[in-house]
Amino acid sequence: MAQHVITPTSARPFDRDTINQDLLQPVLHTSRRFYGLTSILAAFVLAGLAAFLFQAYAGLGVSGLRRPVFWGFYITNFVFWIGISHAGTLISAILRLVNARWRRPVTRCAEAITVFALLIGASFPVIHLGRPWLFFWLIPYPSERGIWPNFRSPLLWDFCAILTYITGSLIFLLLPMIPDLATVRDRTAGWRKRVYGAVALGWRGTPREWHRLEMAMRIMAVVIIPVAVSVHTIVSWDFAMAPVPMWHSTVFGPYFVAGAIFSGIAALIIAMAFLRKFLHLEQYLKPIHFDNLGKLLLVMSLLWIYFIVAERLTVWYGNSTPEMAVLLATERGKFLPLFWAMVCCNFLIPFPILAIKRFRTVTGTVIASTTVVIGMWLERFLIVVPSLEFKYLPFDWGHYRPSWVEITITLATFAAMPLLYLLFVKFVPIISMWELKGGEPVAAPRVEAASSWTQSRVPTEEPLPGSVD
Amino acid sequence: MNAIYGLFTDAGAARRALHELRGASARMRIGDDQILVMSSEPPEDLGLDLPHQRTRMPWLAALGGILGGTAGYSLVSFTQRTYPLPTGNMPIVALWPTGVVTYEFTMLGAILTTALTFFLTTRLPRSRRRFYDPEVSDGKILIGVADSDSNFWRDLERTLYEQGAEQVKQYSHA
Repeated sequence: MAQHVITPTSARPFDRDTINQDLLQPVLHTSRRFYGLTSILAAFVLAGLAAFLFQAYAGLGVSGLRRPVFWGFYITNFVFWIGISHAGTLISAILRLVNARWRRPVTRCAEAITVFALLIGASFPVIHLGRPWLFFWLIPYPSERGIWPNFRSPLLWDFCAILTYITGSLIFLLLPMIPDLATVRDRTAGWRKRVYGAVALGWRGTPREWHRLEMAMRIMAVVIIPVAVSVHTIVSWDFAMAPVPMWHSTVFGPYFVAGAIFSGIAALIIAMAFLRKFLHLEQYLKPIHFDNLGKLLLVMSLLWIYFIVAERLTVWYGNSTPEMAVLLATERGKFLPLFWAMVCCNFLIPFPILAIKRFRTVTGTVIASTTVVIGMWLERFLIVVPSLEFKYLPFDWGHYRPSWVEITITLATFAAMPLLYLLFVKFVPIISMWELKGGEPVAAPRVEAASSWTQSRVPTEEPLPGSVD
Repeated sequence: MNAIYGLFTDAGAARRALHELRGASARMRIGDDQILVMSSEPPEDLGLDLPHQRTRMPWLAALGGILGGTAGYSLVSFTQRTYPLPTGNMPIVALWPTGVVTYEFTMLGAILTTALTFFLTTRLPRSRRRFYDPEVSDGKILIGVADSDSNFWRDLERTLYEQGAEQVKQYSHA
């Protein structure tokens, strides 16, 4: 009977050094393409910043926000980006808890999306303020003005939830980065060594450090899942607590959470495909990762259409006049093209791509994900705007048209996300090297072979190689 | 501190070296706390048999959560009682909305306590230079002994080499 001997080389698809070299390449070497892409994206972001400053100077009148529609593109973007943030931490935490081996190359890509999407999303309530420099009035602290925030307002719940989520997500991202930053520290020289030395915090890789890190990550994974669910539920309650047609709904909490995970997975797939292509990480981000995430996306697509049907069927059957006005405006009226585009993007296009195994390739999942991201932005817009245009009393009906300021700021945030991601990839290995190494099988001890191999290396009278500084 | 240690590429060899050092601990007067292990990935993943590590981190996280929740509830109820906003026939400190903030602060407390416990128990960040070999980052596994009797150094060197160390080094720092 043939014996299969596991040797270190055959057991490990990559050796540890290859992993280090491949994944540190983007950190240690900068291509012209990086500068070009960064410059283009930065130009968009600067344009958005200029538009925001103009709005701050001229007032909210330069936006398209008019009575009765005071929540337009800005709150659409807020909900959209907070939803995108569900890609990372939540998915990463779930995969960590179930110990899914295939998660290892995916987790950091995902966690970074969460942090950046949260930063972008959380900026919109500030952008949306008429006087953004007074944003700190939102923060609950005793003030001499005697203005204490109303803790019963869902807007303040938002503040608490997003603060908790961003704190948790940052820690969830940063803690497992420490060992990799130590690796970069040991591979660099000069000012880089000093910078990475500072951010590696003196990590050495002792058993105590590893044990505490893994324990902390396990606790964080347990805690962060309910936080992530609560965040988007609370975002949905911004709407559901208001007596506005088609907002005041009990289904909004789970509907928003499902939509957030849906758009989050789509964003993650796009980001992974981008990294795979431009950083040449084909060996690490394999088709199996896209296939697995594609299956998750398929499940979320089905869940999304279920919620859409559940919500709309109930409203239609109830036949309440104000709610029917909104329903008909979206399905048959002025929002008809956007509504059906949303259905196509979120279900009719991705469903067959993701359901048929032959199409669930890297390209297929990226196409499906792109349509989902577009569809989910449209969905957020269709939640926010039509209900505000058709309130309970017809005298309060109105019309919303976004101005160039809102469009510019929106485009800028779509540039800000890849820009932040690019900069992150430049400074930090985007795939967790220590987790990837940990996922590689380690050869079983081979006592005879090892001892015969090492005997020849035993020095007799040679001095020790010397002390290490 | 002084140390003598070997750098291993093969996890199996590192495992054997660790086993040998433990076996010889009585003869060479080495305590468990003197055995040095460093690696660029978790020792469990490498199959290294190490003494069981204990931590109260989960309990502290739970305590942090309780403290956070209490702080959240106190802040909310104090605010609402200090600046009462009567709304219809609803209570000033209402259970449901207060519960949302209390929940978020509970989670925030648990998260912050976990991070704080991690940094305190690992003694990070560390500004002082401590014993370390950068080759650990290249995937080498460091197995050695700290502050051992210098009479046994030659024995330790031999043991480490015999078990497959690629290099054996000495470290001393006043």
